[in-house]
Amino acid sequence: MSEEVKQREPLFSPKNKKLIFNPLSRENPITVQVLGICSALAVTAKLEPAFVMSLSVLVVLAAANVIISLLRNTIPTRIRIIVQLVIIASLVILVDQVLKAFAYDVSKQLSVFVGLIITNCIIMGRLEAFAMGNKPWPAFLDGIGNALGYGWILLVVAFFRELLGSGTIWNYPVMENLGLYDFGYKNNGFMILPPMALIVVGIIIWIQRSRDKELVEEK
Amino acid sequence: MFSNRYIFIYASVMVIVVAAILSSAATYLKPFQEKNIRTEKIMDILKSVSIEAEKAQADSIYNKYIVEELALNMAGEATSIYKDQNFEKGDIRPFEIKLKSEIKKKESLDAGKEAEEPNFPLYICNKDGETYYIIPLRGKGLWGPIWGNIALKKDMKTVYGVTFGHKGETPGLGAEISTTEFQKQFVDKTIFDDNYKFTSVKVVKGGIGTMPADQQIHGVDAVSGGTITSDAVSDMIADCLINYEEYIKKQLK
Repeated sequence: MSEEVKQREPLFSPKNKKLIFNPLSRENPITVQVLGICSALAVTAKLEPAFVMSLSVLVVLAAANVIISLLRNTIPTRIRIIVQLVIIASLVILVDQVLKAFAYDVSKQLSVFVGLIITNCIIMGRLEAFAMGNKPWPAFLDGIGNALGYGWILLVVAFFRELLGSGTIWNYPVMENLGLYDFGYKNNGFMILPPMALIVVGIIIWIQRSRDKELVEEK
Repeated sequence: MFSNRYIFIYASVMVIVVAAILSSAATYLKPFQEKNIRTEKIMDILKSVSIEAEKAQADSIYNKYIVEELALNMAGEATSIYKDQNFEKGDIRPFEIKLKSEIKKKESLDAGKEAEEPNFPLYICNKDGETYYIIPLRGKGLWGPIWGNIALKKDMKTVYGVTFGHKGETPGLGAEISTTEFQKQFVDKTIFDDNYKFTSVKVVKGGIGTMPADQQIHGVDAVSGGTITSDAVSDMIADCLINYEEYIKKQLK
């Protein structure tokens, strides 16, 4: 490894902090790298499944990053993708089993999507791009950072979809308590459908790019 | 570079380690998962007679309201009776019967193949002094299995309530069968006509307005855009209830 530093660097050095905070904005997996969009469409109709999905991805990504990073010098290059997949898949199965045992209702709602974490390209992408070449601690931070970057977008999308589509926030009937239905307000059923997630993500990307000009590609 | 030998050994060790971890996790978590599935079954049964049960009390509420469990053969005779936590007859608790395999047995029999005689569970519920008969349902939806429970009133032909569940019907379309709006339609419909001829309750595409007026009591509106799931619900109700026809006729005599 090229970056062998004799003197131990502090746990939260500026470089490590970047690993956590960059994926939240400038290197966001969803809005900038456009990875993991599929699950962002599928689980964001309500806040609760979106939260559990984010949490599951956080656990899987952080753990997979650490495991791969620990093994990185032993993994034969020729089968590294297979090794990564096996590790992701087993972690996902573990998460799925734990959810089935302790959060049965949520696991029913997420149904196949937990299994589909395996195919979430954010995870493979981070393992291949980061964990294979870095020490466990930075890899762990990188995993946490990317999962948080993925998670907060999911929660924002889910917040608006649930509020406008079902009139609730975390199953709490906001619109009803505000009495908006008495004025003829109707829930927008369209918000429940997957295309609206894409549009909400699009709006987030739009806002982000108008605030951070560096993200806008030159023509 | 890594040698082929190293790669083979690496892959084998990895697979064995992973298999060991996963199987021990599955074994350890299984009791918890089975308890969840069981609790859900109990809550579904209770929901069909409009009893809302919290997860924690599901068992005790079930024991309070469900006074008898029966297993019925095709001739309508009870092969097992389970009452007050005791077997009065037989040794298979009707609650533990897996409807899926019983339906398979019946299908093989119908196809002329050899199979054991199927037994179908029936739950007798006593709520506020009224008796209700709860029949579990299972069928094939568009994408996967669908299931449910139908509760009949004392006359054994009027529907008191239903619940439906599904594995993976299309959200917004077929999946609507699990909403209360859809399920409410079944209340007070009848599965027999006045002469106790079996009619089932059909889910009608285009609405029950398209049925003759005297038939409307045996129909409910289908889900728009969910035709196949709606038909599947019709089939499921008819196929499952017909197994109880003999028993019901005996009871009424």
